[in-house]
Amino acid sequence: MSKPVIEVNNLYYRYPRSNDYVLKDINFSVEKGQFLAITGENGAGKTTLSLILSGIIPQAKGGKMHGNVIVCGLDTQKEDLAVLSQKIGIVLEDPETQLFTTKVFNEVAFGAENLGLPREEIIKRAKWALKVVRLEGYEERHPTMLSGGQKQRVAIASALTMRPDIMVLDEPTSQLDPIGTIEVFEVVKELKQKYGMTIIMVTHKSEEIAAFADNVLVINQGELLTFGTPKEVFSNKEVIKKAWITIPQVSSLYLDLLDKGLQLEEFPILPEEGVRLVKQKIS
Amino acid sequence: MTNIIRIQNLIYTYPNGFTALKGINIDIKKNDFVGIIGQNGAGKSTLLKNITGLLKPTSGDVIVGGLNTKHTSVARLSTKLGFVLQNPDRQLFADTVYNEVSFGPKNLKLTEQEINERVEYALGYTGLSSVRDKFPPALSAGERAKVVIASVIAMKPEIIILDEPTTGQDNRGCYQIMNIAKEFHKAGHTVIMVTHHMALVAEYACRTIVFCKGEVLLDGSTEEVFSQPEILKKSYILPPQITQMGSELSTVLNRKKTYLTVSDLSKDIFTRYQG
Repeated sequence: MSKPVIEVNNLYYRYPRSNDYVLKDINFSVEKGQFLAITGENGAGKTTLSLILSGIIPQAKGGKMHGNVIVCGLDTQKEDLAVLSQKIGIVLEDPETQLFTTKVFNEVAFGAENLGLPREEIIKRAKWALKVVRLEGYEERHPTMLSGGQKQRVAIASALTMRPDIMVLDEPTSQLDPIGTIEVFEVVKELKQKYGMTIIMVTHKSEEIAAFADNVLVINQGELLTFGTPKEVFSNKEVIKKAWITIPQVSSLYLDLLDKGLQLEEFPILPEEGVRLVKQKIS
Repeated sequence: MTNIIRIQNLIYTYPNGFTALKGINIDIKKNDFVGIIGQNGAGKSTLLKNITGLLKPTSGDVIVGGLNTKHTSVARLSTKLGFVLQNPDRQLFADTVYNEVSFGPKNLKLTEQEINERVEYALGYTGLSSVRDKFPPALSAGERAKVVIASVIAMKPEIIILDEPTTGQDNRGCYQIMNIAKEFHKAGHTVIMVTHHMALVAEYACRTIVFCKGEVLLDGSTEEVFSQPEILKKSYILPPQITQMGSELSTVLNRKKTYLTVSDLSKDIFTRYQG
């Protein structure tokens, strides 16, 4: 096993002027090149956790944090945010909070410019990032004039040009059409496979988690409820109920058939598995 | 049945010259539950703004409950239809849930008793009675969305329009919102919902309209629409997972049917298994 790129140990956190810990006793680690999905109810602490991983909490937001979070060997509570941001890129849930320039191209190039890269390299990276997120031809458009989904993709492209080791995405597909959603997941897969990037994604989309993520972390009321492969998590009835997780439709089909008295050979999380298992039973 | 909404040759061009709607014709009957889907930027939100009168057609007409939006104020239209925006936080401004929900009725110049009755009704409808004195921003995303829906219900509209109601909602919030919409529909009202959540469209909408680049690509029963995956692809839409599985299993099930829900497919698999 390779050394983890993210290590979270005994993490507790509460916001300034609040007595309640929004995260309690969180422990987990992520290896390089893994795709970890974080899921759970709204208000469970998912976004807070993403901001902690990137060092924005507590450095820019204050609050009280115990335990430690080590990213690429750097302590996120102590390391300079400018240094951390080259290791770990973050795409926020509401892209509008992140967009500020007057042209899509400038927006996407901004991060790379700040790395002090040569001009050609900046242009190359920005073009690549726009291609990856399917926004070629939008270079001259004003970011605020784009649709919600397009803005989300601009924000992703902006983070991509930094070529960070780790990318944290907070619900990056919540406003995207179905194929746009899959494309973002395909992009993430490519980043993982081609560039060995580690991906942390907050998402409710279980069907995509099933198809793309290596592991799933479920947070419930600030606590880590479970950490496992998508199959382990989605087949855990107790966890699903407690954290109100939507499971893939193919998994629901399994449970529905089970209720009727028909048990498929295994618990499917992918549609092709489901089709195969059903065919086994009825052909 | 009467058409509660008539959209005729609707063209809408934004001030920057971008034509978002290129000649739309849609009639919506009273008590229909319509899902509107399509890729990002297809014109769905522009259409909703034209229906609610927030935007006026560049050409063509939009007639809501007999009123032409061109000649009708948004205030007048808001007694016919309620609009729930994509992001509830853009719509909330009062200090308590009660005040938020009572704002609309107060503006209708109703008596205090009538206002009170309407707010109580709306809070009960959405299950918010227990949080009436809370500060809206302190509520969960699901509850905030319900506050917006309650504000809309308090206006007693005939039509409710939901723009991406489940964005940012978890599973629980999602189904709570959809159940309110379902009740509203059952009570004989009309629901129009724009969403990217295909499983919800499949489960709740009777009719589905697919937009693509400012035009109507498909318009029909939800079943008909989801039975055409190749056309849907043009607008970046995929049918729900269960529909896709159903079509792959059609040979072994010996049924050519468009499955919209898990229980639909499950039933047929079980029947085939038994015999």
